[in-house]
Amino acid sequence: MGGLLKSSIARKVAMALSAFFLMFFLLQHFAINITSIFPDNGKTFNELSHFMGTNPLVQFVLQPVLIFGVVFHFVMGFALELKNKGARAVKYAKNNGGANSTWMSRNMIYSGLFILIFIVIHFIDFWFPELNTKFVKGDWSGMHDGEFRYFDELQHKFAAAWRVALYCIGFVFLALHLLHGFNSAFQSVGANNKYTNGLKTFGKAYAIILPAGFIVIALFHFFSH
Amino acid sequence: MNLTLKIWRQKSSNDKGQMVEYKVSEISEHMSFLEMMDVLNEQLIAAGEEPVAFDHDCREGICGMCSMYINGEAHGPDRGVTTCQLHMRMFNDGDTITIEPFRAKAFPVIKDLVVDRSSFDRIQHAGGYISVNTSGNTQDANALPIAKEAADKAMDAATCIGCGACVATCKNASAMLFVGAKVSQYALLPQGQVEAADRVMAMVKQMDLEGFGNCTNTGACEIECPKGISLENIARMNREYLKASLKG
Repeated sequence: MGGLLKSSIARKVAMALSAFFLMFFLLQHFAINITSIFPDNGKTFNELSHFMGTNPLVQFVLQPVLIFGVVFHFVMGFALELKNKGARAVKYAKNNGGANSTWMSRNMIYSGLFILIFIVIHFIDFWFPELNTKFVKGDWSGMHDGEFRYFDELQHKFAAAWRVALYCIGFVFLALHLLHGFNSAFQSVGANNKYTNGLKTFGKAYAIILPAGFIVIALFHFFSH
Repeated sequence: MNLTLKIWRQKSSNDKGQMVEYKVSEISEHMSFLEMMDVLNEQLIAAGEEPVAFDHDCREGICGMCSMYINGEAHGPDRGVTTCQLHMRMFNDGDTITIEPFRAKAFPVIKDLVVDRSSFDRIQHAGGYISVNTSGNTQDANALPIAKEAADKAMDAATCIGCGACVATCKNASAMLFVGAKVSQYALLPQGQVEAADRVMAMVKQMDLEGFGNCTNTGACEIECPKGISLENIARMNREYLKASLKG
């Protein structure tokens, strides 16, 4: 196992496994968020949010795993980028990267960096206040003025045009990152077979539909508020 | 054709090196790129200047010696060819062509466009072989039946000529297409499967020691490879490595 944790292939597989986890999390996050545009005044969204926000398994097991997954993916991504830059000390005077690879595949570090900035803003907007309410103030009721607070908080945040614009830009970078990342993760774990072409199509659909869905949700709340 | 050439000139591995501009005229579109370089060198020798050093041997796309990063691509703008098979008809009269050596920390420049690719040899030495007793009791090659698909894939992997275009092209200077091909050509055949686990561990270890970068699956290597080695081979190497690692 020692070799598995040290080599270039081990690092590649580790990146892929953390990516699978994050892509699954993203799907779950989307599945909950989409309920906020249901025509029930946020009832389903409030119930699901309260469950996720107070369930001990989610809060004390899955949430720490998620934080580890996010931090690991970013730290390993930046570490690998630095190492890879070092593998070519003298740069080419002329390099025609567009002739043989996609922009997305060559710029994962930049799309990743923008996603990191987006995540920090997202944490400041939603996660840090949530931690403050629950862990500092000790209020686990999820209530405000006798009603669940989650849907109102969401609508309040998305009333600001600058925030909606920022989120939309963040989701565009997420789409660019996933357009390469989804199938790259499968290739990294050695999955290249007769299903690869079908998987590529599915990956493209995932990479476009999911971020587009998040954009629709943000715009919906901006215009409906 | 009249051309302007911007060529990397570097006296030795210790020299800093720089791009130098040359003009060549009356180049036939039927010439290979290396023949065009020969014309330039004859011109330089006649003028009493140092000719441009570049690697070449068979000049028929088999040996893997000719390298060169031409106009931002390994072996130039054509597909499925080495530099010796690249014809001047791919360029236009009046073009400026940039010619650089393959760049990677693991491929240090020796002189001008010549790089040291012995890191590939050391990876091969680490495990790119099978141990066969040839002391008089060699088996008939056809005694062991091999599935057609496996034989075809092994042969496809074995067409790798070790030119290093994959490394030169990869934005990370990764050698995984080369190592993937070498691992695959044996892993697919029963003769190679006996030592498969040790082979992949040793070759990947040597690859990492040589200072090649990590593969990020851009797929550029597959496009630029003169022999069309598939990314499938990298995936197979990853599987072989994981299998071998988990076995301990």
